[in-house]
Amino acid sequence: MIRSLLLSLSFAILLLTSAPPAQAATQAATQATTEEVVLGLSQDRVAITANFDGSEILIFGAVKRETPIPEGDPLQVIVAVSGPNSPVTVRRKEKKLGIWVNTDSVLVDSAPSFYAIATSAPFNEVISATEDLRYRVSIARAIRSVGAAMHIRGAQDFADAVVRIREDEGLYSLRENTVAVDQQTLFRSAIEMPADLTEGHYTARILLTRAGQVVSSFETDIDVRKVGLERFLYAMSREQPFLYGLMSLAIAIAAGWGASAAFRLLRNN
Amino acid sequence: MQIYLPIAEVSVNAFLLLGLGGIVGILSGMFGVGGGFLMTPLLFFIGIPPVVAVATEANQIVASSFSGVLAHFRRRTVDIKMGMVLQVGGLIGAALGVVVFNYLKSLGQVDLLVTLCYVVFLGVVGTLMFIESLNAMFKSKRAGGAPAPRRQRGWVHALPFKMRFRTSGLYISVIPPILVGVVVGILAAIMGVGGGFIMVPAMIYILGMPTKVVVGTSLFQIILVTAFTTMLHATTNYTVDIVLAVLLLIGGVIGAQIGTRIGVYLKAEQLRILLALMVMVVCVKLGLDLLLMPSELYSLGAAGGH
Repeated sequence: MIRSLLLSLSFAILLLTSAPPAQAATQAATQATTEEVVLGLSQDRVAITANFDGSEILIFGAVKRETPIPEGDPLQVIVAVSGPNSPVTVRRKEKKLGIWVNTDSVLVDSAPSFYAIATSAPFNEVISATEDLRYRVSIARAIRSVGAAMHIRGAQDFADAVVRIREDEGLYSLRENTVAVDQQTLFRSAIEMPADLTEGHYTARILLTRAGQVVSSFETDIDVRKVGLERFLYAMSREQPFLYGLMSLAIAIAAGWGASAAFRLLRNN
Repeated sequence: MQIYLPIAEVSVNAFLLLGLGGIVGILSGMFGVGGGFLMTPLLFFIGIPPVVAVATEANQIVASSFSGVLAHFRRRTVDIKMGMVLQVGGLIGAALGVVVFNYLKSLGQVDLLVTLCYVVFLGVVGTLMFIESLNAMFKSKRAGGAPAPRRQRGWVHALPFKMRFRTSGLYISVIPPILVGVVVGILAAIMGVGGGFIMVPAMIYILGMPTKVVVGTSLFQIILVTAFTTMLHATTNYTVDIVLAVLLLIGGVIGAQIGTRIGVYLKAEQLRILLALMVMVVCVKLGLDLLLMPSELYSLGAAGGH
């Protein structure tokens, strides 16, 4: 129901007859281009509450152009949502003396905590390899491991492992053919965000391509933040760790005593 | 019902946590073990980050041990004096253990050493207890329920600084209990457990305490050591997840009450044999993890961490 409502709102943006519900921003694309993105998000912030179990962000928009639709290859759209980047240590196990132990490790300088790509056609048709390299679109390109230890055999395997493990956890995903494009003008896609989300500034990137070349790009922020009790506890654990520890102990003692007293009452009656 | 844990940053089923807490609580009340050696691996298994699991588990053990020890206080099966002496050793040991832990962390092999510690200690303790309690059971059957054999009078009685422990009916040197406390404290800090599974057999076989007093005294001693560990984790690593702890301890404290009552109806030998079996099962499981080829050879960790 919400989806259809938002969809109708997206048309409203296109017709420029009403203000968008959430953030809807326009921005002149940096390249000298005649096509640019007008974007709307179903929500520009994700609130992590105690019963947060994932979120779906609807990304929709239109292509604004002053000139007629160019001839040739049709317009393709890539939507990529990425979480905050952080360095990751990847370790590999090897069998030593009969048991499996961590031996080699590689530091991947920067990997997003979350990365979801949606494209309007198969990935290889939407963007060329050189453009992918330039814009760091594909999952493999989004991970940076500059100066990976050269003495370790197959350093690439470590970067691959990051992708594999996070894909298994549902944190990285590539969904081809999930951006719907109408008349080379309207597009929409839904990005699923899992329940195990870390907070921070997420970015949503929209790339318009023709024949594998990026013709326009647009970027906007999505704020993922704990709210309410979650926010309070998290902040307290960082800012007042001693007090937080004492509070944890007090709760533990109280719960232990409470249960004991409750059971005694039950038994006496 | 899914619930998002603020520190662990994962979403888990609340009822699953309540259930896990309950089961471990029952075992805790029955055997006088904190249950950490079962709960911590279980938490890893449901996807809680290990650092958070270890720290939060310490907090949960405080609750279930406190709940359990109150029941024992009323039955007068806590040797407070002995518990105090053990705690002195325990705190020294826990502090030493953290130093050792951080040193191993800098070497980068702390995971392996923790697992090896588990396998070795659980294996040795479990096997010894199992053999001993089987023997005791056969003996008591043959002798028609004769009381357990008297404690041996060995090197423990030859040491100086003797002290009278009335509840345990012992007159022994304070050196062995303090040493036991130190060793258990070190292991507790390294392995992220209360240490009851080592403490209980140590009290029975090294100190020669009567089994009925051992459980209450062990719980009593565990409270302070795990409280100390909780504070240490909360202030240095910020990894105590209070929401996770509350869910586990609601199940845990209720379970501990039930467990304490079940324990009353079981014979000491039966209690020991069950504990021994459980310890051995966990040991075999952890041992297999080391021996069998893991399905995923790679693992991810925060940079700069261990």
